[in-house]
Amino acid sequence: MPRLIKNHQLVENTTQHLGMDDALPGGDVTVPLSRWQAERERLRFHPHRVGVRLAPDEDPGELVPDLERLSLIAVVFPAFTDGRAYSQARLLRERHGYRGEIRALGDVLRDQLQFMARCGIDAFELAENENSEAALAAFRQMEVHYQPAADGHGPVWRQRQLAAERRASRT
Amino acid sequence: MYRYDEIDRELVRQRVAQFRDQTRRFLAGELTEEQFKPLRLMNGLYIQTHAPMLRVAIPYGLLSSEQLRRLAHIARSYDRNYGHFTTRQNLQFNWPRLEDVPDILAELAEVDMHAIQTSGNCIRNVTADHLAGVNAEEIEDPRPYCEIIRQWSTLHPEFSFLPRKFKIAVTGSSRDRAASQVHDIGLHLVKSAGGEVGFQVLVGGGLGRTPVIGKPLREFLGKCDLLSYLEAILRVYNRHGRRDNKYKARIKILVNALGIDAFRREVEAEWIAIREGALKLDQAEIDRVTAFFAPPAYDPEARYDSSFAERQTSDKAFASWVKRNTRAHKVPGYRVVFVSLKAPGVPPGDITDTQMDAVAELADQFSGGMIRSAHDQNLILADVKLADLYELWQALEARGLAHANIGTLTDMICCPGLDFCQLANAGSIPIAHQINERFDNLDYLYDLGDIRINMSGCMNACGHHHVGHIGILGVEKNGEEWYQFTLGGSSAEDATLGERLGPAIGKAEVAEAIARILDVYVAHREDEEPFLATVRRIGITPFKERVYAQTH
Repeated sequence: MPRLIKNHQLVENTTQHLGMDDALPGGDVTVPLSRWQAERERLRFHPHRVGVRLAPDEDPGELVPDLERLSLIAVVFPAFTDGRAYSQARLLRERHGYRGEIRALGDVLRDQLQFMARCGIDAFELAENENSEAALAAFRQMEVHYQPAADGHGPVWRQRQLAAERRASRT
Repeated sequence: MYRYDEIDRELVRQRVAQFRDQTRRFLAGELTEEQFKPLRLMNGLYIQTHAPMLRVAIPYGLLSSEQLRRLAHIARSYDRNYGHFTTRQNLQFNWPRLEDVPDILAELAEVDMHAIQTSGNCIRNVTADHLAGVNAEEIEDPRPYCEIIRQWSTLHPEFSFLPRKFKIAVTGSSRDRAASQVHDIGLHLVKSAGGEVGFQVLVGGGLGRTPVIGKPLREFLGKCDLLSYLEAILRVYNRHGRRDNKYKARIKILVNALGIDAFRREVEAEWIAIREGALKLDQAEIDRVTAFFAPPAYDPEARYDSSFAERQTSDKAFASWVKRNTRAHKVPGYRVVFVSLKAPGVPPGDITDTQMDAVAELADQFSGGMIRSAHDQNLILADVKLADLYELWQALEARGLAHANIGTLTDMICCPGLDFCQLANAGSIPIAHQINERFDNLDYLYDLGDIRINMSGCMNACGHHHVGHIGILGVEKNGEEWYQFTLGGSSAEDATLGERLGPAIGKAEVAEAIARILDVYVAHREDEEPFLATVRRIGITPFKERVYAQTH
């Protein structure tokens, strides 16, 4: 089972990622979007958490009718150089107002964790060869950000205005 | 110029520390080459034929003398005493040691410079008209918008792993000196019918294996919407651009596959959803950044100089240099000076450490301490008083920087080619030497007037051969270097892809082929007709017949 980082710590990971035809086991699972769409009424009765796994070429907008009842959406990095999941995560957070867990799967390496977090991904299944201590520290590599994203950072000009106001109020 | 504040400095410092750690892990074997490659590329670091190559960002081509001195120092301390200016206004060091690169980046950070996103599949350094702020036709200076785009695009969390590289150029006048129509996005400052200044947006231009001229995406975009609109384009591209084949991954392929109208609908739908969001620029921010680019205090007395005219009469060499290597300035009494990096015997765009120091010194003395790098791989001192031109010319002449060939045949755009680049199939620098040797008569070059030769050592087209008036592409056939010619290309406001002349020409025959092309031009030109206009008027056939005519 891949190691899982959530809330900036390593936590136990029991989620199984099922294919189209895998039997439903006990415990938390994710299923592909198309299986969710075909079986959602049945999957609702699964006694554990059922998340939806978006392939990189799938449109997160398709999940809009289901977002209320979903608490886990997984996005996939087939290779860390494939950046489509960043857009999917931002759309889920900023366009569709999704507040549940967005989990990164696949080639999840420390050097991209901060980009992922800024795009609204808040759970990370680390790639097999990644060092977990170093990964935990990687969220603090960059503390300055120029652009707004899904993490609440305002654009840099707003940061500058606020800094100027703070300076002015001190004098 | 834009001056860093504590936020900008902190970002660059943190980025240096991050890259130092990544380099350490690679050298320690903790990162594979495959894992390290995209990370180093995002910091401008290639592994080349002989050594790593580090590409330093010069945002929109603007440098202070202090920054240029630091580049000279780096060339001296970490490289082989020279650097190479590129067509996208950046500077490349060809011989750094990998383990020194973090220290080089720290040196750059001390003078508010970096190598962030000068390579890799991300938004590259934004380029601009090299005559921004000093040309009379300008609607507005594009550089503040370049800086705003630079900040937005730097370490963008969503757009750091795009399908392919992404290049943006911004112009502010009706003239296009930034090759904006062969960029992924070209932004032109324009005035609407109502008098409002905003942007015309082009998308999907590019060279490489599939050369395409950019297509109009939006005729008018308000300034406050600049970043949200760019974000919308980039999001559509990031989600839908092809990732299965790197030669089909640029945005131009997506635009062509969808068609511009369908692509526009995607972008507009995305934009409507984010237009009023956090990226909406306010006028206060535009004003704040614009203030950094305010014109210097020009001397109103400069126009009353009489020595300049006298010197031109008495010194023919000076007069030639003025004619070819200087340009009109919007302020009377001043001229824009091109520092030629195209002297015979020197690879186009190369400059030594001592020349860099000298240009920095001359910038301090004569041009407000500022230097620009140009798309055509020369440097520019943009604000020189007429009365100072003679002294400046002498100083440049003494350092091999006053070769009076700007805009002429030997002011070639040229990639590093086979001698340095592992992508190349053929040499380009040796061809530049061959052309320089053949066409060493300046009076002949002056008679020919403005001609742009662009040369690339492979079809990746770093030398922009498709848009040269004469384009030369190096190809490899049976282990030999051959050269494919195109005629009639342009990267200016009349952007055109050149037309292929015929079969590739052997390495030894390149200069001869150019000589024949020029003969046809001279025989056909009418009055003062420039080369490009003649090619367009008479078509390619007369050139083809002459170049491929049997001489034996």
